[in-house]
Amino acid sequence: MTNTSPPVVNAAEFEQLLARVHEIGREVVAKHAADVDQKARFPFESINVLKQLRLLSSYVPAEFGGMGLELMQVAKLCEVLGHYCGSTAMIFAMHQIVVACVIRHAQGSPWFHGYLRELVQDQRLIASATTEIGVGGDLRSSICAVEIEGDRFRITKKAPVISYGAAADDIMVTCRRAADSPASDQVQLIVRKDRGPVTLEPLSGWDTLGFRGTCSAGFLLVGEGATEQIQPAPFADILQQTMHPHAHILWSSLWLGIASDAVNLARAFVRNEARKNPSMPPTSALRLADADSVLQGMRSNIYLATIDYQKMMAENNVDAFSGFGFAIRINNLKVASSNIVVDIVNRAMLICGIAGYRNDSKFSLGRHLRDAHGAAIMVNNDRIMNHNSNMLLVHR
Amino acid sequence: MSVEKIRGILLQHGRLSVAVDQIANDGDLYKAGLTSLATVGLMLALEDQFNVEFPDSLLSRKTFSSIDSISEAIAQLQK
Repeated sequence: MTNTSPPVVNAAEFEQLLARVHEIGREVVAKHAADVDQKARFPFESINVLKQLRLLSSYVPAEFGGMGLELMQVAKLCEVLGHYCGSTAMIFAMHQIVVACVIRHAQGSPWFHGYLRELVQDQRLIASATTEIGVGGDLRSSICAVEIEGDRFRITKKAPVISYGAAADDIMVTCRRAADSPASDQVQLIVRKDRGPVTLEPLSGWDTLGFRGTCSAGFLLVGEGATEQIQPAPFADILQQTMHPHAHILWSSLWLGIASDAVNLARAFVRNEARKNPSMPPTSALRLADADSVLQGMRSNIYLATIDYQKMMAENNVDAFSGFGFAIRINNLKVASSNIVVDIVNRAMLICGIAGYRNDSKFSLGRHLRDAHGAAIMVNNDRIMNHNSNMLLVHR
Repeated sequence: MSVEKIRGILLQHGRLSVAVDQIANDGDLYKAGLTSLATVGLMLALEDQFNVEFPDSLLSRKTFSSIDSISEAIAQLQK
C-alpha cells in the first residue's frame, strides 16, 4: 500500500535522467509540438521516446521492475516535459496518475502485481475514463455499473472524455460496484485492448483551443475482462488518498513547465533587446523581473505541497490526507496554479510583444497561452471552489 | 583584434574608474572599478559585437576579471 522504500534513483542519477529528458525534449518533443497542436493529433513520437527511456514505468516501485521514482521526481519530469509540449506532458501526467492509483491501492492483488510487471516490460500507456455523460462532471457518481458473470465482467460507459483513449493500451474505468449499488459506491477497473474485447465508439471529437494533442474525445466504451481486473479498494479511497492529490500536483507541475518556458522565451527576448543598447535596460526587463517573481511563487507553492504529500505517503499517514484540510489545500493548489499559468504566459506575451503574438516567430507564445487556458477549464475551477466553499463551512 | 574590440566595449559599457588604455590585458578589472551590475551591460554588448551567447556557466566573476579572461571566454564561445 505504501511507497516507503528509499529512492532507487539517487540525486546524481536523477540529474542525469533530467538532462536526458531535456535532450529528448529539445530533439523530439519540441520538434513535433507544433504539428501535434496544429493537427490535434496524438504525439506518438514523444510518447515513443518516453517509452524508450522506460519513463512510463518511472513511478512503478523497483520491486516490480520500475524506476521507483519519488513523487517529487515524477513531478519534475512533468515540469520538464511541459517546457517542450503541453499535450505530451499532460498525457504523461495523466498516465502517472493512473499508475499511482494502482501502485498505492492494488498491491494486495496478484493480478495487479503481474499487471505492473507487464506495464514495465511493455511500457503500456494507460488512459482513464472517470467522468460520464449524465453525472455533470462529478467524479464521485457513476451511472454505469460493472456486470459480473462468473469470473468475467462487462462494462459499458458513455464517457464524454477519454484523453488519448484511442492511443492507449489500457483504460482505467470508474463505475458502480454492481447494478443495484448507489451512484457513489464505485470501483475502478482496467480494460485491456490486448485482452478485450474492448471497443471505443467515438461520441465526440476534440477540436479545442489548447492541449489539442491529448485527443480527449468522447467515447462509448464497451469492455470485457477478468474480475481480477477490478481494483480491490473502493474508488472513494483511491480518489481521496491518491488520484485527487496526484492529479493536482502533477498537472500543476506541467503547467509550471509551460509557465517556465514562457518566461524563458521572454528572458531570451529581453536579452536580445538589451544587446541593442547595453547601457540602458529595456522597459520589458522590469516586466520580466515581475514575471519571474510570480513564477517563483507558483513553483514554491507546488513544491511545498508535493514535498508534504510525499512525506505523508511515506509515513502512510492516511488520516492526514483524508481530512478536509488536505483536500482543500490540494484544491487550492490546482486553482492557484491553473490561474497563475495564464497570468504568467500573459506577462511573457506582453514582454515579447508582436514576436510573442505571431505564430511564425521563435518567440511565439500562442500554444503556451491556449494550453494554459485549459488548466482552469479541463477540470473546472468553479466546481472545485464550490467543493472548497462547502468544506470550509465546517473546516477550521 | 578581439582584444581591441573588448577594450572598446569596456570603454563604452564598463563604467570603470580607470582609463581603459591604462589597464594591462591581465589587469584586474574589478580593481579598476568594474561592478557585477556593470558586467550585465558589458556582457550584452560583447554578445552583440561578437555574435555569441554567454551560457549561465560563464556568467561568473572569473569570466570578467580581466581582458584576457573575457577574450578567452569569447574564443571558447566562438569555437
